[in-house]
This record gives sequence, C-alpha cells and structure tokens, in this order.
Amino acid sequence: MQTKRMTFSSSWLPYALLAPQVIITLIFFIWPASQALYQSLLRQDIFGLRTEFVWFANFERLFADPLYLNSMKVTFWFSVGTTLLSMSIALLFAVMVNRMIRSRDSYTTFLVWPYAVAPAIAGVLWWFIFNPSIGIMPYVLDGFGYNWNHRSSGTDAMIMVIIAAAWKQISYNFLFFLAGLQSIPHSLIEAAAIDGASRFKRFWTIVFPLLSPITFFLMVVNIVYAMFDTFGVIHATTEGGPSQATNILVYKVYRDGFVNLNLGSSAAQSVILMAIVVALTVAQFRYIERRVNY
Amino acid sequence: MASITMENLGKVYAGNVRAVTDVNIDIADGEMIVLVGPSGCGKSTLLRMVAGLETITEGTLHIGDRVVNQLEPADRDIAMVFQNYALYPHMTVFNNLAYGLKNRGFKKAEIDRRVKEAAQMLEIGAFLDRKPRQLSGGQRQRVAMGRALVREPAAFLFDEPLSNLDAKLRVQMRVEIRQLQKRLRTTSLYVTHDQLEALTMADRLVVLNGGRIEQIGTPMDVYSHPATTFVAGFIGSPAMNMLPAEYMRGLVSADSLAHLPVKADLIGIRPEDLSLAPAAEDEMSLSGRLMLLEPAGAESHLHLSFEGIKETMVVRLPHVPDVVEGATLTFSIKREKLHPFDVTSGKRVA
Amino acid sequence: MVENNRWGNFFAHLVLIIGVAIVIFPVYVAIIASTHPPGTFIRGVMPLLPGPNALENYKTVIFEGRSRAGTPPISGMLWNSFVMAMAITIGKLSISLLSAFAIVYFRFPFRIFFFWIIFLTLMLPVEVRILPTFQVVADLGMLNSFAGLSIPLIASATATFLFRQFFMTVPEELMEAARVDGAGPMKFFKDILLPLSITNIAALFVIMFIYGWNQYLWPLLITTDPEYYTIVMGIQRMVTGGDSEPLWHLVMATVVLAALPPILVILFMQRLFVKGLTETEK
Ligand SMILES: Nc1ncnc2c1ncn2[C@@H]1O[C@H](COP(=O)(O)OP(=O)(O)OP(=O)(O)O)[C@@H](O)[C@H]1O
Ligand SMILES: [Mg+2]
Repeated sequence: MQTKRMTFSSSWLPYALLAPQVIITLIFFIWPASQALYQSLLRQDIFGLRTEFVWFANFERLFADPLYLNSMKVTFWFSVGTTLLSMSIALLFAVMVNRMIRSRDSYTTFLVWPYAVAPAIAGVLWWFIFNPSIGIMPYVLDGFGYNWNHRSSGTDAMIMVIIAAAWKQISYNFLFFLAGLQSIPHSLIEAAAIDGASRFKRFWTIVFPLLSPITFFLMVVNIVYAMFDTFGVIHATTEGGPSQATNILVYKVYRDGFVNLNLGSSAAQSVILMAIVVALTVAQFRYIERRVNY
Repeated sequence: MASITMENLGKVYAGNVRAVTDVNIDIADGEMIVLVGPSGCGKSTLLRMVAGLETITEGTLHIGDRVVNQLEPADRDIAMVFQNYALYPHMTVFNNLAYGLKNRGFKKAEIDRRVKEAAQMLEIGAFLDRKPRQLSGGQRQRVAMGRALVREPAAFLFDEPLSNLDAKLRVQMRVEIRQLQKRLRTTSLYVTHDQLEALTMADRLVVLNGGRIEQIGTPMDVYSHPATTFVAGFIGSPAMNMLPAEYMRGLVSADSLAHLPVKADLIGIRPEDLSLAPAAEDEMSLSGRLMLLEPAGAESHLHLSFEGIKETMVVRLPHVPDVVEGATLTFSIKREKLHPFDVTSGKRVA
Repeated sequence: MVENNRWGNFFAHLVLIIGVAIVIFPVYVAIIASTHPPGTFIRGVMPLLPGPNALENYKTVIFEGRSRAGTPPISGMLWNSFVMAMAITIGKLSISLLSAFAIVYFRFPFRIFFFWIIFLTLMLPVEVRILPTFQVVADLGMLNSFAGLSIPLIASATATFLFRQFFMTVPEELMEAARVDGAGPMKFFKDILLPLSITNIAALFVIMFIYGWNQYLWPLLITTDPEYYTIVMGIQRMVTGGDSEPLWHLVMATVVLAALPPILVILFMQRLFVKGLTETEK
C-alpha cells in the first residue's frame, strides 16, 4: 500500500493522528468482538452466578435448535426476497429513466429519497398500509378475495417485511444501476442496433452482461443490508412473529441476548453472524479491488 | 544570494535503487547551471536533493556557508518551480504567491508589496484574483515563477518548467526566464532534458548520464569539446556523426590524421562542420553516396552512406544544394574539427 | 437509446409514473393520516384525502406528547436525533480525515497494521456484537448520554478509505510546494488538503448525516431515559406501547417529522448525495 513519494517526517504525529480512530475501534469494535468470541465458549447458569467453559457446546446446541434453524431459513428467504424484489424494480426504473433525456433528473429526484427513510420507519409505513382492520391493501386484496392478515399468517407477515425492506433499498440500487447504464459506451449499443438486434435482445445480450459486475456488487450489498440493517423493520412491526415467521438472525440475537439474557447462546450467534459478514465483505472487496486499486 | 556546493553527492533510494553517484558541482553566486540528460538519468533526483525534498544519502551539500543536508526545504532559503506548476488550485493567484510569505510571518504590507512587484515583473497583475484553473498554461507558468520570485530566495530551482508548454511559448518563456535570472542575479539550478534549452540558457551546463556527471562546462565548451561519446551524441542536433578511425585513415594519406592520437579509434564529426567546397590545405575530404536529401527551408540535411561500413553520416548545410539522390558527393572538413574518441572508455582522447 | 419510438417512450413514462406513485404512496398515506382526527381510524379503511386536523395533530406531537401513554413531546426527541446525527457525522469525518492523512502522508512502523485494524470495523457492525458492546459502554458509564449515542459509532473504515483514495490523487508536487513554502504537516493539512477535499467532505456529510439520524438499534440499546430517546426509536415505543391500536394520526405525524430531515437533506443536496453514495461504494 503506497504513500506519497515524499512523506512528512515525524516520529509521533502519525500515531497521534490515528489515535482517535484506532482507540475507538479497539474499545468499541475489536474488544467487544473478541469478548463475543470468548463468551461463545462459555455457559452461564440462569442466575449468572457460575460460568463454565464449554468449548463449542453453544454452537452444537444452536445447530440442534429448531428455532435457530428456523431463523436461518427465515433470514434466507427474507434476504433473497428483499434483494430480488428491490433489485429487479430498481433495474426496471433505471433502464426506463436512462432512456429519458429531459426528464431524467426529475424522475431521479422522485426515486432517490426513500434512501433517507430509516428502516424502522419504512416498516411502520407499510405496517400501516397493510393494517388488517384499516389498511388500504387488505381492503384492495379483499376485493380479489384474499383475506390478508399478517398477525396470523406467517406468509403475509413475511411478504410485508420484505416489501418494506425492499422499498427503502430501491433508491440505492436504482442509482447504481443508472450509473452503470450511463457508463456503457453508446457506440456498443449502436453497433448492436446496426447488427439488427432488437431492443429487447440488445438489452439481454449487450447491456445486461455489461452490468453484471454492478449487479454482483449490489447483490452482496443488498444481502448485507437485508441481513443486518433491517433490524428496525422487524423490531418496529412484527417483532419476529407471528410464531417466529419473521424472526431473522439479527432480531433473534438481540432477543436472546438483550431481552432473554442468554449470554452464551447470544455470543455464539454473534460469532456466526461475524463469519457471515466477513464472507460477504470479502466478496464485496473482490469487486472493489477490480475497479479501484487499493 | 549564495553559492551552492555539492560534494560527492549520492542518492540510493529505498530498495537499493541507485539514482545519483558522486556528484561534485560548484555553483557560483548568481550563476545559472543547467542539468541536462536523458530521461531517468537522475536530474530531478539531484535537484530535489538540493531542494530538500529527497534525503541526501551520500555527500555534503552547502548552500551559502551552511551545510544543509539535514534542513527542511523551507529552511534552505530556496524556491522551486515545478514541471506541473503545483499551484494551489483553491487559492487565488495572489494567495498562491503570498502563501510562502505568510508562513514565514511577513507583514501584510510587505507581502502586498512583494506580490505586486513580482506580478508586475511577470505581467500577471491582471490575474491576481483568479484561480489557477482560469489561467492559460503560459499564465500558470508565470504564476509559478512568481511564487518563486516573491520569496527573494538564495537560489531558484527549476524542474523542467517549460515542458508543458507548446513549442512557441517555450521559446518565449525560455528567453524571459533567462533575462529575469540575469537581472536578479539569483543563483539557479535548472533541469531540462532539452539540449537546446540547456545550451541557450546555461552559464555552465552539467551533462548527467546514469546518475553520474559526464561533463561540466560552458555551453560552447561542451559543444566544441564533448568529453565523452555520450555528450557528443546528446548535445547538438542532429547528433554528431561517429565514424571508425580505421575507415577514415584508409580514406586519406596517413599524415593528414597524424595529429590525432593513435589511441583514437572513433572519430566524431558534427554535421554542420562539413561543406561541399573543395578541400583546402588544412582540410580533409570525405565521399559518400547521398541516400536522402531533407530540405528544411533555410537549411538542409543530407544522409550519406559509405562503401564497406555500416555507419552513415548526416550533413547539415546552410542552404539546399542542387544535387540528386544516389549521387556520390565529396565533402570537406577542417582537420581540427575532428573529435577523437576511444571506443572502449568512451572518452575523448587528447 | 438508438431509435426513439414513440410507443416505447410512452410506455417508459407510464412505467415510471406508476413506479414513482408506488414509491411515494407510503409517505403520501402517512401525510394524509397525520391530518385526520382520531375518530377516522376507528372504523372502515384509512383515508386517502386530507382531513382537517393537521395543525392540531402536529402541535400535539411536537409540544405535548401523549402523557397518558408516557410518550414525551417529540421536540426533545427531534433535538436528540439532530445532536446525535451531527455528532456522528462530524466525528466520523474528523477522525477519518486524520487517519487517512496519517496513512497517506507519513511512513511509520505498523502503518499497514493500523490500516487493517480500521478495515476490521467494516466486518463488525453493531448487530453482531450487541451484548459485549453494550457492556463496554455501560462499564464506561456512557449509557444515557450523547457521548454513548455517538462516540462508539464514529469509527469509519469507509470514510477513511474514501479520503485515502482522494488524497492519493492529490498531486505530489502540491505537498512539495507547500513544504518549500514553509508549511509543516498540520498547516498543509489545514491550508491545502482540507480545502481540496471539501466536495468529498460535503458528499460524505450527506450520507453520514442520514446514517446518524436513522440509527435505531444503538439508541434502543443504550438509552433507557426518555430524556435521550431519539425520534426514530421513539416511534417504535408509540406503535407498540400498550395493547390498544396505536393512535395512528399521531404516529403518522411523528413518522412524517422523523423522516423529513433526512429526506430534505437528500432533496436539497441530491448531487452531493449521489456522489457520496456511489463513491463510498457502501
Ligand atoms: N522514489 C523513488 N524510488 C526509487 N527509485 C526512484 C524514485 N524516484 C526516482 N527513482 C529512479 O531514479 C532514477 C532517476 O530518476 P529521476 O526522476 O531523477 O530522473 P530524471 O532525470 O528526472 O528523468 P525525467 O527526465 O524523466 O524526469 C530513475 O531510474 C528512477 O526510476
Ligand atoms: Mg525529472
């Protein structure tokens, strides 16, 4: 990793400059993370009086726990649903907006602001729209003969949180897809047009393949978002219910640790989540590495 | 005002990359020295060592009567003009000039006076409120000069300051810088890879090659007595012709080259020292086949080949001769204009 | 695109207008709901046209709160959110600028090591270390304080990388010229580097302000004193507090007020926002 050709010389200044960042990182990131690692190997009795070193027993228990396995399944479907829904809508919008010349900026303005809405608030908004007694969506669905109730139907609840989570993320995906589309050289598309490819065919054979690096990057970012940043969506609305149907991993780790005070299990869950973030970050950096030389 | 003395200066970069070896130069007070050499020969490195932008790994550097090896650039009392000008993009021209003075704690009135004076000298007074991006290349170059001027330093250091300008502007600025330097009599070290710039601007020039000094001397000195084949080839355009002495000896009676040392096995001939006139008493003659005639307005370049050797020769004439390509032409040259070299050492002999 | 066929354009506009309508719909509904009296939500479907109670509802949530349900007036929460967002933003920007400066403009032992430590923060979001982090903050006595709300969140690998990236593109000669002009490291940082980074700083400011304002889990963990509630987490207390149906007209007024500041920031600084977002890559 380079520096400038010539650097300032001081034996203490660089350390002083780094100190705030590094100290905060050590105290609030590295130390707690190592604590989680350590605690994941311990078990406390119910009263918190005795602690015992149990090696990987917490992990073994977790993977034998149907509730945890269910949470993994729920997280999987939630992430896949959120990512697919949000990305496909965003791609559609981006392709359409990219055709526009004069109205491009106005449409963009209308499509970017949901990024500013906190996940918890996004959750509350859609929760209201889907409210079984007064919400507009159940009313409309009733007209089609569907009886919506996310308080009793796990599927309904899942659909609702996916929509809420995906809605907020459309802006982000849209902006990246639009930037990607704009970076495709116009001459390529013209060449394909001269070769007689139809508009539809041009999209799938030229444009979409050229977007694939961005698509991959967005996929990783969206999965990270769905897995870790959507705590608010769940916490402010379904609280994991009904009957565990929306109990995603980060919500469960919070419940088990912070509310139910199950230290060992919560720590083990944290460690598993860490492993997932590490894997996803590495995937993401493979993309960035190709574009930017660190 | 001060002299600069480099004693056995050397530079080894991290990773054991040697860039400069055993450089000794005495720059007199008020003198303009030009460092010239091909790309990568260590010119910038040497200049930056003088500026304090690179550490000196070997030798001693004096500016005035101080040893400055360990001093920060700001404490060496030098000013530098960079190739890309390095103007502060967010500051006005005025502030670009004033920044160094402010840092040194000058009074506002004094800063004002000096900036105005430099601006007037460089004719940039009208731009003082502009940002660098609102200036043309030539104007930026003047601002960069101005930034050096206002400091009234002991020495100016220039690193290829003209290489980003177009050919015409380059000639104009070359003249202006030289006039300014003569007027202010500020000791200057000027780096360029353009031999013409070096010849025209220098009081003395230093030819560098591979981090070592090949020759130091006045432009005329270096031009008429190149110390090595490298200097001979680098200074002067078109470059000096090099013919094997053995071939030359076969052309003429033995005694006409007798004044050259026996050791000389390579003979250098400047293209402009040859003429089409018949050889006089103190001259020798040389025949070759004309392969190509390049007329260039006031002058012309003739490319010749010889029977039996692969070397070719370029002749520069101050007119366009009436000759046809393919003809055999005979040229004459004064014997004293032959430059004898030793092939193995590359050095001039005698 | 190559040819501009009229039907294609019409279709595209149609898709976009419907799309924009769907994207806006939730917030439209919230604004409408916030203008109705409480009675509207007792029966039937929620209203789609404005009601007469806007002023009253907003006045209630901002100044009075709902004393019955123990929710404080939200003016305090708005203020807390603002302070937290600003502290996080300014904190992140300052320490990242300093770190990037150290990493790019100095050579010193353990430089790479520190770089990796900062990099690690990317892999350790709060969500994966909830309990132990809470423990640390509690041990330091930072629960229920602005310091606790902001300081643990201000480490930023993303911002550090972005500034590092930017500093690498600043011409070498600028620093050399500044040194010849007598500027030391901090003077160079202040006089040259900071002014040059101003667009990047502004772009990141937008992103981080939104990030800070929208914090949810963290304030939820470390505040128990309503004095320090932030608006985004406060909403959750309003909707889930008690068994009865939430008071939708007040909840929605609060939602609108909570979402408004970051939305305004995006709308007024769209250019910077887009730059910030696409350049930080995360
Ligand atoms: N920071 C460095 N680390 C290692 N080697 C370097 C460094 N800077 C320059 N060099 C090497 O030192 C030698 C001299 O470089 P220098 O920049 O002085 O050449 P120059 O004569 O100024 O060339 P140019 O005319 O292209 O500017 C080169 O071989 C170069 O590769
Ligand atoms: Mg150079």
